[in-house]
Amino acid sequence: MPLSDLQLAAPELILALSAMVLLLWGAFAGRASTAHTVASMAALLAAAVAAVYAPHGRAFAGGFVSDDAATFAKVAIFVASAVSIPLATGWFARRGDSRFEFPVLVILAALGMGMMVSAGDLISLYVGVELQSLALYVLAAFRRDDPKASEAGLKYFVLGALSSGLLLYGASLIYGFAGSTHFDVIAAAVGDGVGKSGVLFGMVFLICGIAFKVSAAPFHMWTPDVYEGAPTPVVGFFAAAPKLAAMVLFARALADGFAGALDQWRQVLIIIALLSVFVGAFAGLAQSNLKRLWAYSSIANVGYALIGLASGDQAGIQSMLMFMVLYMVDVTGFFACLTALSREGKPMETIQDMAGLFKEKPGMALAMTAFSLSALGLPPFSGFFAKLYVFKAAVFAPNMAWVAVAGLVGSVVAAFYYLRLIKVMWFDAASGPVEATPTEARVIAIGAAVFSMPLVWLALHWLDQWAGAAAAAFGHS
Amino acid sequence: MPLQAIAFYLMAAVTIAAGLGVVSARNPVHSVLFLITAFFSAAGLFVLLGAEFLAMLLVVVYVGAVAVLFLFVVMMLDIDFAALKQGFARYMPIGLVVAGVLVLEMIFVTVSVANGGKAGPGATPQASGVDISNVETIGRVLYTDYAYFFEAAGMVLLVAMIGAIVLTLRHKPGVKRQNIGAQVARGPKTGMTIVDIGSGASVDEGSLNQ
Repeated sequence: MPLSDLQLAAPELILALSAMVLLLWGAFAGRASTAHTVASMAALLAAAVAAVYAPHGRAFAGGFVSDDAATFAKVAIFVASAVSIPLATGWFARRGDSRFEFPVLVILAALGMGMMVSAGDLISLYVGVELQSLALYVLAAFRRDDPKASEAGLKYFVLGALSSGLLLYGASLIYGFAGSTHFDVIAAAVGDGVGKSGVLFGMVFLICGIAFKVSAAPFHMWTPDVYEGAPTPVVGFFAAAPKLAAMVLFARALADGFAGALDQWRQVLIIIALLSVFVGAFAGLAQSNLKRLWAYSSIANVGYALIGLASGDQAGIQSMLMFMVLYMVDVTGFFACLTALSREGKPMETIQDMAGLFKEKPGMALAMTAFSLSALGLPPFSGFFAKLYVFKAAVFAPNMAWVAVAGLVGSVVAAFYYLRLIKVMWFDAASGPVEATPTEARVIAIGAAVFSMPLVWLALHWLDQWAGAAAAAFGHS
Repeated sequence: MPLQAIAFYLMAAVTIAAGLGVVSARNPVHSVLFLITAFFSAAGLFVLLGAEFLAMLLVVVYVGAVAVLFLFVVMMLDIDFAALKQGFARYMPIGLVVAGVLVLEMIFVTVSVANGGKAGPGATPQASGVDISNVETIGRVLYTDYAYFFEAAGMVLLVAMIGAIVLTLRHKPGVKRQNIGAQVARGPKTGMTIVDIGSGASVDEGSLNQ
């Protein structure tokens, strides 16, 4: 292992070392402090900067890949993780439950996600997934005195362990038939067609395991329960960065390792994607709790991203990356709103709780309207461009135009619940005064809303370039 | 080699029988003991493959630590295992379907391997050569080629440790703990108070704390 390998993994090294330092700092100080929170955010942002400047190449005997795709995903993941820290620490502090382990666990989860998007080998894939998931299980149950949070953590853990089992079973089949855990050797074996049926069998299991992590139907059962039970700001973190990491991992494993089996994995992905779109749209109709509603919304949105990935070509992967990044901003902003809003000491979590919000807090109501319309895919908002990319990629891919049409139908169905939320916020009578919103949540929510509506028009130009460069990095292993 | 074949079939049969025992035993303690038997026979299979270090790890880690831990948990937690098995008949069909799929896959894998369906240079992993031991082979790659995975696994364990502490450690107020440092540092000056009691007065808290 040459020392230059460490240079490639500089973002991960920064995160690992700062996690340990922050852990010691917290353990000796014995409590959370503002300096500790700020330092952990600085560590994540430093890692994002390091990701931009990290040299490209492969390190650690091919187990770690640094390229444009890794850079793109890491910057988005680390920034999203950094944003979630003040949101959550403020929320915990207001409940008298602030603990220094929270930022440390977020950093360790971000480290796992960084490993996932840089995986060049089945082992680093698995270890990255486990590192990220374990940290998320703990974060879900972070409020251990809340029975719902404990239930969410336990459910997430048990079902996550099951999905890891599926993933490992698939990985062992792939290893057995391809003869290596390296994606490039697997790709060569798939290309030769020797032992292909066994490798494909393993691939389907691998897809099932990762589909569980992105909460795509039919592996979505855990999502609504975990979202409902886990602390609101933690859900905002769950729904953003880990989803992007798992989607990039999907692209890594399939486009790098199984490029020769594009037709086979495309079929599987199309089924999973359409199931997710329709489960998300129809099951969301019956929800009254906003966290559950956005859990189904995230299932549907992952479905759209998977449609983009199923296109399989460079435009498809680019559309997936664009979609996930634009969706991350919306979902972070929406959960920042939910974190901020409470009425008579109780968090506002159901659709009915939002009644009359426009008269009380017009800024928050406008922001939530923007996120809902964006998630719905209405033209001037960022979500429209996201869906445009995905459907364009699908229409131009062979025999996939019908998938785009089906996806559109699903998004029309889902429009109902977004519009209902907007109607309740704007036109229904309020049931009581809304409490003052905390600054950090307000700033994050308004910032995300401003990005979602006018700022995205400027950002789209650069995002398109970066995502294009990132997509071009796949398939060269 | 007939002797090896006999050993293989014997240990394979014991592994499967013990595996069946794990899921069918009524008493959970028996289940754990069956599990230990299964681990032992699997370790024997590893020895047959020439991977004696893995066999040793299986015994030390799984039998020595994990299974004994299971035994402790099973014995200490008062779980009504009869109630847990209530839905056994109800979920039997779906379980059988899943088991059937897995059996079919195993048959498929075996058939493909038998037909020479493996590819790639490392398809038949070799046990270490005659001149170097298992441990040395693993050691040669573990801290060089696999250093990244090794360190990453360390981070996973760190998360597990933090998680266990975050979710279970509670600082209860009002618990009296022994402070050895304070005890040792205690001398005649801090440990003894000379109180001048006036005639007719009594010794109370106030006069002791002077």
